[in-house]
Amino acid sequence: MSEENAAQGPLPVVDFLKLPEGGDPYLEGHKCKSCDAIFLGERNICSKCGTRGEIGPVKLGNTGTLYVYSIVHRSFPGIEVPYISAIVDLDGGGTVKGNLIGVDPDPEKIEFGMPVEVVYKDALGRKDKDGNSYTSYFFQPRS
Amino acid sequence: MTDAYVVGIDMIKFGRFPERSVPDLGAEAALLALDDCGLKIQDMQALYCGNLGQANAMVGQRVLQEIGQTGIPVVNCANACATGATAFREAWMSIKAGVYDVVLAVGVEQMGRGLLGGGGGGKGIPKEGLLGSGTMPAVFAEAGQEHARKYGTTFEQFAKVSVKNHHHSTLNPKAMYQIETPLETVMNAEMIAYPNTKLMCSVNVDGSAAAVLCSEKKARELGLMGRAVKVAASVLTSDPWQERDLVMPDVNTCTRKAAATAYEMAGIGPEDVNLVELHDCFATAEILHYENLGLCKDGEAGRMIDEGESALGGRVPVNVSGGLLSKGHPLGATGIANIYEVSTHLRGEAGKRQVEGATVGLTHVIGLGSACALHVLEKVS
Repeated sequence: MSEENAAQGPLPVVDFLKLPEGGDPYLEGHKCKSCDAIFLGERNICSKCGTRGEIGPVKLGNTGTLYVYSIVHRSFPGIEVPYISAIVDLDGGGTVKGNLIGVDPDPEKIEFGMPVEVVYKDALGRKDKDGNSYTSYFFQPRS
Repeated sequence: MTDAYVVGIDMIKFGRFPERSVPDLGAEAALLALDDCGLKIQDMQALYCGNLGQANAMVGQRVLQEIGQTGIPVVNCANACATGATAFREAWMSIKAGVYDVVLAVGVEQMGRGLLGGGGGGKGIPKEGLLGSGTMPAVFAEAGQEHARKYGTTFEQFAKVSVKNHHHSTLNPKAMYQIETPLETVMNAEMIAYPNTKLMCSVNVDGSAAAVLCSEKKARELGLMGRAVKVAASVLTSDPWQERDLVMPDVNTCTRKAAATAYEMAGIGPEDVNLVELHDCFATAEILHYENLGLCKDGEAGRMIDEGESALGGRVPVNVSGGLLSKGHPLGATGIANIYEVSTHLRGEAGKRQVEGATVGLTHVIGLGSACALHVLEKVS
């Protein structure tokens, strides 16, 4: 690990997770001004309507509802199981996939449509080959 | 425009053959298909070869290096799990276009064991188990859960698909497995990604299948119409834009679109179909496709499996071969293997698993990414 890297603090796990200096983290979508389709990550052409050059960044909501999920019991070596793979429709638009935490990995405890919030935490201790830490996003039930 | 016919078709028994090569497996199926119609490689005017794992390695030419380098055009194609069906469709198009009279299509795959998808890639740190799951069992679990969310489909109903398909495979000597799996065995098997247990995931196997396609004129000339099967429709779609596309592959819309086109092209409706081989890569997927293919109304797939309508002897038997769940799923071979299955029934040669009186059959595959291929096959009366 180089000290220079360590000094810069955690990196975002994906490009569409923004960690503004002195501000709260948020997820960023890219919205087509022509048809309102929302994408994750920067792009120039809308794949819904084909419009070019009319896509700009939007701040996505920090709350949403659980669309569907799977409870994953077998994954690749070194990946801790079980975990809940969740697809969440964010309030205000945009759909994101991530881990649902704060609820037992039991179908009896998970309801379609349950309200969730987006929370930002260390990426389960995972580091890249240069020793950098990462911040990730998770979903947790919202009362 | 001429009609196109399958005159020769066959598959190898699916299994694990680590000591063999991809071209060797492909060559075996090619020779079986040629022998099925009594033609030689010298009679073939073109080869369309489907393989995914060695998509950049000229598999079709290497098949010819095993069985006869006649200098014919070879097209190698890759289209995820729709690879074999896409190769078949290219062959069909060449006949329909009148470019060739008799061509060969081969689908072949050699697979490793274990999970597909979600293997990482990209920069930074691995995202699997951090940003949900990209493994195929989880992706198709989530697709099934969408049905559960809409219609209350249960874990037990999904599991029944596996009970049925594993039962069917006990009647198919070319299936990887021929083992009965009662409901409690399926539901109590190791949970991979809820609601898919291990017995609700397709089997990664090695395999190959091949078909000889002919124009009507050529088939008559060669005296091959007796066992010929008409390709009444061939359709390929990709996935139109969907709201949740970026995080949730949509296997429904491209299948519905393909089904509507296929029925129109064949001049039939879903009620005319006597048997279906559809893409049961996971038990959850089969339930979705009953509705996507119009085999029942939306919301009725759970009832359809409960009442045995899709079992051998039922209203419209689905995956009587054992399906991908038990026959096995060698990605590039699957699309031609399911055409083999339906053709065998239309020829009345399916033995103990014969769907009696079958005259029209449908095959369906989905490659994530996405590609959906449908074929309607008809008995020649």
